[in-house]
Amino acid sequence: MQTYDLEADGLRGLNSSLQAQNAETNQTRWEIVNPKGSHAIAVGLDAPIEVTVKGSTGYYCAGMNQQATIKVEGSVGPGVAENMMSGQVIVDGDASQYAGATGHGGLLVIKGNASSRCGISMKGIDIVVHGNIGHMSAFMAQDGNLVVCGDAGDALGDSLYEARLFVRGSVKSLGADCIEKEMRSEHLEVLKDLLERAGSDAKPEEFKRYGSARQLYNFDIDNSAAY
Amino acid sequence: MKDMDDQIPRTLPIQSATFSNPINAEIRRAAATGIYDIRGGGAKRKVPHFDDLLFLGASVSRYPLEGYRERCDTSVTLGTRFAKKPIELDIPITIAGMSFGALSGPAKEALGRGASAAGTSTTTGDGGMTPEERGHSTKLVYQYLPSRYGMNPNDLRKADAIEIVVGQGAKPGGGGMLLGQKISDRVAEMRTLPKGIDQRSACRHPDWTGPDDLEIKILELREITDWQVPIYVKVGATRPYYDTALAVKAGADVVVMDGMQGGTAATQDVFIEHVGLPTLSCIRPAVQALQDLGVHREVQLVISGGIRTGADVAKALALGADAVAIGTAALVALGDNDPKWESEYQKLGTTTGAYDDWHEGQDPAGITTQDPNLAARLDPVDAGRRLRNYLKVMTLEAQTIARACGHNHLHNLEPEDLCALTMEAAAMARVPLAGTSWYPGKEGF
Repeated sequence: MQTYDLEADGLRGLNSSLQAQNAETNQTRWEIVNPKGSHAIAVGLDAPIEVTVKGSTGYYCAGMNQQATIKVEGSVGPGVAENMMSGQVIVDGDASQYAGATGHGGLLVIKGNASSRCGISMKGIDIVVHGNIGHMSAFMAQDGNLVVCGDAGDALGDSLYEARLFVRGSVKSLGADCIEKEMRSEHLEVLKDLLERAGSDAKPEEFKRYGSARQLYNFDIDNSAAY
Repeated sequence: MKDMDDQIPRTLPIQSATFSNPINAEIRRAAATGIYDIRGGGAKRKVPHFDDLLFLGASVSRYPLEGYRERCDTSVTLGTRFAKKPIELDIPITIAGMSFGALSGPAKEALGRGASAAGTSTTTGDGGMTPEERGHSTKLVYQYLPSRYGMNPNDLRKADAIEIVVGQGAKPGGGGMLLGQKISDRVAEMRTLPKGIDQRSACRHPDWTGPDDLEIKILELREITDWQVPIYVKVGATRPYYDTALAVKAGADVVVMDGMQGGTAATQDVFIEHVGLPTLSCIRPAVQALQDLGVHREVQLVISGGIRTGADVAKALALGADAVAIGTAALVALGDNDPKWESEYQKLGTTTGAYDDWHEGQDPAGITTQDPNLAARLDPVDAGRRLRNYLKVMTLEAQTIARACGHNHLHNLEPEDLCALTMEAAAMARVPLAGTSWYPGKEGF
């Protein structure tokens, strides 16, 4: 176990050390102490290592992650795991805005609640939120799965593309072109797998599925009121 | 009686300046289709521009440098503020961001070839970086856009600079637009979207808003790229003084200011013609912001939007820019709107020089298209050579002017080398009206 004191040794040294790891490294476990809400912690990693942040972080923790497993024993600021490509990011607490924004792959787990715009423009990432999510979540979401074990705020899935949204609780309102869709067996399988990997005991049958009505994919003047 | 009526002078038909034929045609088109006009390119309306400025040249008080004999340097280094590896260019003319998707693969390759041969950089666009583009571009700037189509850390680290796009001159406050006709399998895959749909990219970044957030975003990008490469911030010209100051405050190495004549692949005509500032009007306020913050020349300023000639380059630099970027002019150099395609332009209901339906993907020149048959019309080697030649000519023209003004580097051009032909240009460029020592806004007249 490598322990890094962020307050004492600084952000640049931390990220350069973590980014220097590769598939053959024997320094596979890292612990970051004294994060104290710092921004851009553990960004741009690209190795199968496990990083544990002992406390809460600021903006963009685990941004553009590849391969690494990053656990935050606290809450995270805006843009956690933004543009993640692969690997896992697990947050014990809550997440601020834009959690998992534009992510292409990997799994983001928020064990608390996520604020607004969770999964905005997601492009293949899987996101599981144990609690609730805020308004405008999955705005223009292109691909991947967003699983919400609690409730969703206003305008869920506005201008949605091909991402799949699963919500167990209530949805305050759906955004433009987002509709409830039939939950088929293949969706239940996806949901079961994600819930298991995210450590949730929720049952797939308790969820509803939402997706794109695909009515706004090509401009039509008769739909202009929806824009 | 009839004969008398024939002898009475008649009022001639008078066309309305307000309801002109083009305006009435647009009203009829809108009424028939129910959709606004979408087109490519930049503002076509006449606005004050570099043509409204003149160089004074040498005189008794200033002596010139000998043409073809005395050296006049053209090099520029971008990103000297924070980056470990600033971009060093042979000429202060760069190629602006244009996407694979908006442009064909051969066209992007040609831009890379031409820019590299001339010793300058080219820039990706919405949709990500293609291997062909990276392979043919000695120096490649990677755009970081609101859509984040194709964005990934591996390509980010292959870039020689990163350009965070806040806006562009053709549509400040608007997002990207790539209509379904141009969404080929490859374009769709790169953007993680279904084939054939209209792609309307977001106008705001998904994970930051405002200058304080931007500062943190820049920190993140620097941390991911080990502080190696410069980070540009590109804005559409609207509030040039404050946008420049805020970009500097957020940590930009380079500010790119794009005026309303700057082109786009596609957006609403009403947006192109009615939002944003002319390029000429945004240079001095941006330079003033850099000077007020004590970072002029430390944070470089790149100006774009309607740059066509070496004279335009020299004028932009004289007003305080460090470099310029060209987009539309580069496409024309490749072969866009070439008269040899006139019969095909006419079939599309347009004519040479006016073709701007770049979003429809039917470009006879094979540049703004994803149709493989049309794209094959453009030879990237020949087109790249034409672009190189054009860049060289622009550079020679700018050098000619600089020598005439007595300068041994293009960056030594200064506002005192200029005068203005119109009150508007004098006010915007803050140089004297020709034959006077005064410009609007200056005290003491």
